[in-house]
Amino acid sequence: MKRLKALVLAGVLAVSLVLSACGGNSGSGNSGSGNEGKGGNSTIKVGVVNNPPSESGYREANVKDMEAVFSAANGYELKTFYNIKNDEQLQAAQGFITEGVDYLLISAAETTGWDDVLKKAKEAGIKVYLFDRMIDVDESLYEAAVVSDMAKEGETAVQWLLDQNLSEYKVIHIQGAMGSDAQIGRTGALDAQFASGKMKKVVQQTASWDEAEAKKIVESVINSGEDFNVIYAENDGMAKGAVAALDDAGITHGVNGKVIVMGFDCNKWALRELKAGAWNYDGQCSPFQAQIISDLIKGNKTASSKKIINEEKGFDAKTITDDDINTYGLGE
Amino acid sequence: MKKNTKSFFQGGLGQLTIPLIAIALLVLFNLIRDPGFFEIGITHNNDGNIVLAGNLISIINGASELAILAMGMTLVTAACGGQDISVGAAAAIAGSTFVKILKSAPEINGGIVVLAFLCACIVAMLFGAFNGTLVAVFKIQPMIATLILYTCGRSIAYWINGGATPTISSPIISALGSFIPGIPVPTPVLIVVCVTILFKLLFHFTSLEIFTQSVGINQSAARLNGINATFIKLLSFIILGVCVAIAGSIGVSRLGLINHETLLIDVEMDTILAVAIGGNSLGGGKFKISGSIIGAYVIQMLTTTLYAMKVSSTDVKAYKAIVIVLLVVIGSPVIKAKFGKLMEKVRGRMQESAAKGA
Amino acid sequence: MQDNTLLQMRHIEKRFPGVLALNGVDFTLRKGEIHALMGENGAGKSTLIKVLTGVYQMDGGQITLDGKSITIHSPQDAQSQGISTVYQEITLCPNLTVAENMFIGREDGAWVRHKLYEKRADEILAKLGIPARSSQQLGDCSLAVQQMVAIARAVDQKCKVLILDEPTSSLDDKEVKMLFDLMRNLKSQGVGIIFVTHFLEQVYEVSDRITVLRNGELVGEYLTEQLPQVELVAKMIGKELDELSSLKEAPEGEEEEKEVFYEAKNLSSSDAMPFNFSIRKGEVNGFTGLLGSGRSECVRAIFGADKVTGGSTFIKGKQISVTRPIDAMKSGIGYLAEDRKRDGIIAELSVRENIILALQVMNGFFKPISRSESEAFADEYIKVLNIKTASKETPVGSLSGGNQQKVILARWLLTHPDYLILDEPTRGIDVGTKLEIQKLVLKLAEDGVSVTFISSEVEEMLRTCSRLIVMRDRHVVGELKGQDLNQEQVMKTIAGGEAQG
Repeated sequence: MKRLKALVLAGVLAVSLVLSACGGNSGSGNSGSGNEGKGGNSTIKVGVVNNPPSESGYREANVKDMEAVFSAANGYELKTFYNIKNDEQLQAAQGFITEGVDYLLISAAETTGWDDVLKKAKEAGIKVYLFDRMIDVDESLYEAAVVSDMAKEGETAVQWLLDQNLSEYKVIHIQGAMGSDAQIGRTGALDAQFASGKMKKVVQQTASWDEAEAKKIVESVINSGEDFNVIYAENDGMAKGAVAALDDAGITHGVNGKVIVMGFDCNKWALRELKAGAWNYDGQCSPFQAQIISDLIKGNKTASSKKIINEEKGFDAKTITDDDINTYGLGE
Repeated sequence: MKKNTKSFFQGGLGQLTIPLIAIALLVLFNLIRDPGFFEIGITHNNDGNIVLAGNLISIINGASELAILAMGMTLVTAACGGQDISVGAAAAIAGSTFVKILKSAPEINGGIVVLAFLCACIVAMLFGAFNGTLVAVFKIQPMIATLILYTCGRSIAYWINGGATPTISSPIISALGSFIPGIPVPTPVLIVVCVTILFKLLFHFTSLEIFTQSVGINQSAARLNGINATFIKLLSFIILGVCVAIAGSIGVSRLGLINHETLLIDVEMDTILAVAIGGNSLGGGKFKISGSIIGAYVIQMLTTTLYAMKVSSTDVKAYKAIVIVLLVVIGSPVIKAKFGKLMEKVRGRMQESAAKGA
Repeated sequence: MQDNTLLQMRHIEKRFPGVLALNGVDFTLRKGEIHALMGENGAGKSTLIKVLTGVYQMDGGQITLDGKSITIHSPQDAQSQGISTVYQEITLCPNLTVAENMFIGREDGAWVRHKLYEKRADEILAKLGIPARSSQQLGDCSLAVQQMVAIARAVDQKCKVLILDEPTSSLDDKEVKMLFDLMRNLKSQGVGIIFVTHFLEQVYEVSDRITVLRNGELVGEYLTEQLPQVELVAKMIGKELDELSSLKEAPEGEEEEKEVFYEAKNLSSSDAMPFNFSIRKGEVNGFTGLLGSGRSECVRAIFGADKVTGGSTFIKGKQISVTRPIDAMKSGIGYLAEDRKRDGIIAELSVRENIILALQVMNGFFKPISRSESEAFADEYIKVLNIKTASKETPVGSLSGGNQQKVILARWLLTHPDYLILDEPTRGIDVGTKLEIQKLVLKLAEDGVSVTFISSEVEEMLRTCSRLIVMRDRHVVGELKGQDLNQEQVMKTIAGGEAQG
């Protein structure tokens, strides 16, 4: 009996460890059939080094997009490696170079430490594209970098807000985890408006991407009796938390509501809220860079500069279509 | 009742004195700062129900998950002399399971919600049993044992829903997370009341309380009195598992959304603090569930107060730390002993002077 | 003789609140001598050792070392004057190497370079014939070798007096032999060794001289070869035969007819050698023997407190399986453990909760005793046993030792056991309470309860038991009843020799 107990335990332990490993590292080493001769056919060998899809909804969409565009059907042979650790990413990139890929696509976990690897790639005649994140290396070491401009994303959203021509702007600003790229980008433009006096800051608090915390922050403002007419939440989850607080207090929101609700990320469910008129605006830092890189590889387009800014989207509740939701929405 | 108050004062510093004083001070502070702070308003919410609103409601409502987790944590602390730091991660797993079941149903009705909750319970109890086995059978320190789940729990939660942050919208779920039509009190508050009653019943209809305390105070003696210490420890983790499932399900229902990364994030530390503020020894042994519940409300009231003062939420943690350090130090055996002596002296003087007067 | 004297303690007095622990004790240790310090529990051996090592400060008397009068303020002080102690529990660090253990924390070792002290350690180990390498992890060595390393560490600190406090209690025969060889080796180098042990045979094997203490007083100092074992035991226990007044009324004879309530055949546990044992209904019997002779281990095996490894047990002739305490409890057995603090009281729980604990466990998890019921039980037993407590809600830890013991007695009485095992129920409690407990035991027997009683005080056992099982070095060496139940016979049997006469 005792032995059985121990066995079961060992099993549970093993399973949970495997699970956790899966969570952190799914799809690593997931490569094509591999042994085809180098140049013997016209498939283009592409090695992608990326962060794991578990990192965020954004990353998940990003990974999916890459896998969809660089498919066998489009004439590619794709090798991928997903890890959140820079060291492991470096090793994997090295591996791809040794294996002899034609193109190396990198979204690095950290901006430093990539010099040597990229130099080796250059020596081996492998062309490097950076996507989503920049790396601190000389421009000559890569073909192009397709990246998002987080600041621009914030500016787009704030411009939209200004275009609403409200008589006054009293804003509850719920920030993401302080110091993250997304938070800095999405906060900057709004801070400028607060500074210029065009908009009034009712409260500016970080909820560190925590939906429940966002709800508590808005609740606290409602309880204080202070007036507000805009909620600018730096992601969809926090916007949802804020809306829950409004619902509990009987405050209308969205199109024709008292309070304008703005979110970011463009999760599909969030866009549906938008379409239903419960929210007003959702901005996106686009995770879709694969097509641009594919076009560059195949020579359909040429880069005007080394740094290509991916176009950022922003959706208005009044104009969003089901097509938009299906094309640009993240998740299910 | 009279007897109670008497023993309360006779004991000098009873177990609940400090958390109650803390609450009283916070209330006083808020009343001075803003006399209307605790006003309760009545409004219609967006579903058209008449509901209560105000800071007091926000505090009691907001502390629900914490209070429920603190109850379970009290048991684990008492039996094992250590804490489970994986409750947040386990709640994310339970919440994810809850959503997973709801999502896989064609239509959300009462039966499905019950089924989903039961599944969440089973999953959380299994993980509780896993932690409990490491602690009770393999004699691993609770914090170390639960570190495993703390580390990988949110990854498991991620895996359950394939990394998405799925949403569920259903009147039943929003009734669970906010208000049941016709009842002006937030549902999570009602759930806390139910869980409290369940614990009371558990203590009334089983010997859990005395067995747990015996194991926590003197395991060797408990064993020689026929108590199965392994079972008691394991049981405490499984009960905490149920609390985790309830807290996780409430957390999910509040917003109709599961975010495995943020659901009840950092709640484990607040939970342990609630237990400590409640005057329970973190080294195990005697405990009072009521103390931990009060502890949970102290923490939430503190947070709400700081938010109301527009203290930046990054600073809130620092302020919280200061207040908590004060509370825990005041509650420490050293200060208690000193204070007890002081009280004795005062009492002695009073008796002396009374005798002289007579 | 004067030249040869190494350490002299004269008229040592030590008082604790209410107790005179040492009353004018003299002790002399000579160079190159192994001197056994003997006495029953509470005789004052450990107090004397603690005075000598600076743990306690003496209240009167004089200590001279090498002819110079010294005062010892602390254990560090004792060490620097050349008095070292190796305790029963090894106080070294198992995760460090042998060499590190020999030099760590020593003033003269702190700055010795690593290589250097490994070399030095090897030299010392070789010189003392200790089978260990300096680079070995201490934890990998056997207990005996660990102990020897501790001794080596002490010896290397220029120790003149080496105190070995129960060094052999966890060693097997071969290891004991190794240790004795080392002791003889040290002796030949002129070290004076004070040897504290409960094993009589070992005393005779290795020691030159024996000093016996009893009740904090010196009984005498003897040359080992001139003191027969029986006399040693008599001196340790005391020969106040005439003071014995039998509490028993009409013991022998009729009890033979009563049915056997409990029987163990070849029962053994992780700590107890196989033994046979039985007790009749209403019988009071006891295990006797010196501390460490295995008497507690036997009753722990009966109760399932230690891991049972073999044998079979019967209640009223029917075989039962006892592997955990709860099994024994369900068969009607109660067990008051030897160590009250560690295995008895739940200190922070109230008197009431402590009293109902065992009954509650037997009732089961789902049948809690109601508050009012438990209060009634507590009131009843506080009255019956005359427990002195402020209230039934007072934490039991704040009661005096005797009253704590009564609370635990109450706990077991409340379960209405058919068979009650009392292991040292009277240790460390006042005379009045002792007598109360003895009377209670006899009353229980009258009511048909079987009782096994263990006490370090032979008189107490003689007063209550109608049969004594005598143990020595973990083996049952005799059983005494009827005419043989007298102190002399008990002592003879404990000491061995012309036992079952």
